[in-house]
Amino acid sequence: MHAFRIVKRQEPLGWASCLVISGAVVFALGVSATLLMIQGKSPLSGLTLLFQGAFGSRYAWEDCIVKAIPIYLCSLGVAIAFRLQIWNIGAEGQFALGAVGATWMVYHFSFLPAILLIPLMMTGAFAAGAFWGLIPAFLKLRMRANEIIVTLMMNYIAIFFLDYLVYGRWKDPASFGFPMTPTFPESAVIGKIAGTGVNWGLLLCLVCGVLVWIFFRYTRLGFELKASGESIQAARYARLPYENLVVLVMVLSGGLAGWAGFLEASATLNRLQPSIMAGYGYTAIVVAWLARLNPLYIGIAAVLLAGLRVGVENLQLELQVPAAFGEIMEGMILLTVLAASFFIYYRFKPGRRG
Amino acid sequence: MMKRMMMALLVLSLCLGPAMAADKEIKVGFVYVSPVGDAGYSYAHDLGRKAIDGKDGVTTAFVEAVPEGPDSERVILNMARKNFDLIFATSYGYMDPMLKVAAKFPDTVFMHCSGFKTAPNMGNYFGRIYQARYLTGMVAGRMTKSNTLGYVAAFPIPEVIRGINAFTLGAQAVNPDVTVRVVWTKTWYDPATEKEAAKSLLDAGADVIAQHQDSPGPQEAAQERGVYSIGYNSDMSAFAPKAHLVAAVWNWGPFYQEMADAVKNGTWKTGAYWYGMDKGIVDISPINDAVPEAARAEVAAKKAALVDGSFEPFTGEIQDQSGAVRIPEGKSATDAELLGMDWFVQGVVGSTQ
Repeated sequence: MHAFRIVKRQEPLGWASCLVISGAVVFALGVSATLLMIQGKSPLSGLTLLFQGAFGSRYAWEDCIVKAIPIYLCSLGVAIAFRLQIWNIGAEGQFALGAVGATWMVYHFSFLPAILLIPLMMTGAFAAGAFWGLIPAFLKLRMRANEIIVTLMMNYIAIFFLDYLVYGRWKDPASFGFPMTPTFPESAVIGKIAGTGVNWGLLLCLVCGVLVWIFFRYTRLGFELKASGESIQAARYARLPYENLVVLVMVLSGGLAGWAGFLEASATLNRLQPSIMAGYGYTAIVVAWLARLNPLYIGIAAVLLAGLRVGVENLQLELQVPAAFGEIMEGMILLTVLAASFFIYYRFKPGRRG
Repeated sequence: MMKRMMMALLVLSLCLGPAMAADKEIKVGFVYVSPVGDAGYSYAHDLGRKAIDGKDGVTTAFVEAVPEGPDSERVILNMARKNFDLIFATSYGYMDPMLKVAAKFPDTVFMHCSGFKTAPNMGNYFGRIYQARYLTGMVAGRMTKSNTLGYVAAFPIPEVIRGINAFTLGAQAVNPDVTVRVVWTKTWYDPATEKEAAKSLLDAGADVIAQHQDSPGPQEAAQERGVYSIGYNSDMSAFAPKAHLVAAVWNWGPFYQEMADAVKNGTWKTGAYWYGMDKGIVDISPINDAVPEAARAEVAAKKAALVDGSFEPFTGEIQDQSGAVRIPEGKSATDAELLGMDWFVQGVVGSTQ
């Protein structure tokens, strides 16, 4: 019987992989357009509206970048851990703790000027997020606890802890019982880059992205980390400090997610409240995978995904499609792209089976 | 004579109607916290939207399932950028985001539902749903056999606490032995969680389930166990035809009409619009046939008293759970006290934390 065999490519596809990925996106958009047609909406104007809402104007770009910032930081964090094959899916919880850490600083040092308070908030957020990442690292190394389970479970603990604070101790007495802290003082708010609607978190993203890139590309530690990620046995054999590396990636990973939480609390919400948890920690995992853990690609993927989410709102507003349509579309794009990336490493070869 | 007058008025309005509509067209935007298909809170708002859509030069659009937080600010902002004349944001968490946007768009009218902040171009509005809840409490108090009522509630915030208290007072008015057990779900809309919470109340002996939730999950739980339920937001009897006794319902259409007209005519004024049953913004749905005639008459009489203003649910003496007098004999709670209510009346089993 003639059939196709799956063969691993000698070399992963180079530039042609762009084609494969774009093909996947086009396919997903095509299916979405068909869905629009079934609902009796014009598919062409639907896709145009989607694009306009995401990237069609300066406002749209700004909205999109603002939304991409926390996704980027979380994603960069988990990508570092994934490099070592440490499956940190706790960015959500580390994000929550980061927001709590930053808010704690605001509570205790609100009398300081911005130039001192903001660095303190950043330290608090990084420390809190890193601490939340350190616990599963410790449990993994000492107790051989699976980090996937531990990080996932710790997300819930972190979110409940955040809820506890905003429903209880930190609740704004003037909020009529609604769970939220008072608005941060001016000195605790990260401002916008002059003349734009984008906050300075963008700069933090760029700096972190470049540093992570340099770290993996040019430093010995970064190389050790990559090597250990390829094969733990080989790393042990070469006497690479695997345990220290696990601690390092979890600290960095948690700290970066913590910064994302700090930026959301400081720059976009100006306070702590339960709705700060928008699922960026989970989005980050998908983004990191789509971008194959590369800091630059993560940036692109984060902006595209943010664009999709922002653009769908425009689609809703203009065409009155249901909100679930956006989620369907997002799921479809992620699915087709992930499925298509199979072809970057493998190909079908016609031939006899067996 | 009367007939002829009516006819003349009709003809006049037919002639004037299109003419008035032609002189100004406005775009009205709505922001909802949950999907509109939920038969709940957003569904009720959307019925109000549909009531004004396409009439007298009013066009409307909405965005649903918008999380409270940074996302809502963007959605409101984009409506303002697209030159919407009037924007309704229908959830509490949209208050501060809307306030920020309102400051940037002085020519747009913003209306925030269930909050307390205002600006020159931003008002807030809500309905006194607790009045309707009082009436539904009366029905529940009459229909319970175990004298235990269950209440599936979303968040321990004043709006919800007020509703539970009014429901309890209504039930106690017809049945002094009644207690109301409260379970918090910490979600507005999660059908599975709401249903589970209702089941836990049924297990604790409740035989009428009320809810401050947006899905009919609790109704279904009651129907499955063969007990009664009290709906909220819209008439939920379709989901639990046997269990559903009555529902406290929203009727936003007339209010949205009033606001759209005011914006169109340039007569809109900022402020806090907190309308009651007298304006028809809140009401109760038709009562289930299982409720005896005497109880219906009792409820109808109380409703009439609410409408003509001779009765107000939060009138003293009212004690809290600890027995302390919160509203003294003969006094009615002020709006500020109602808006900040963070205590349960006696007879409620549960905590406001």
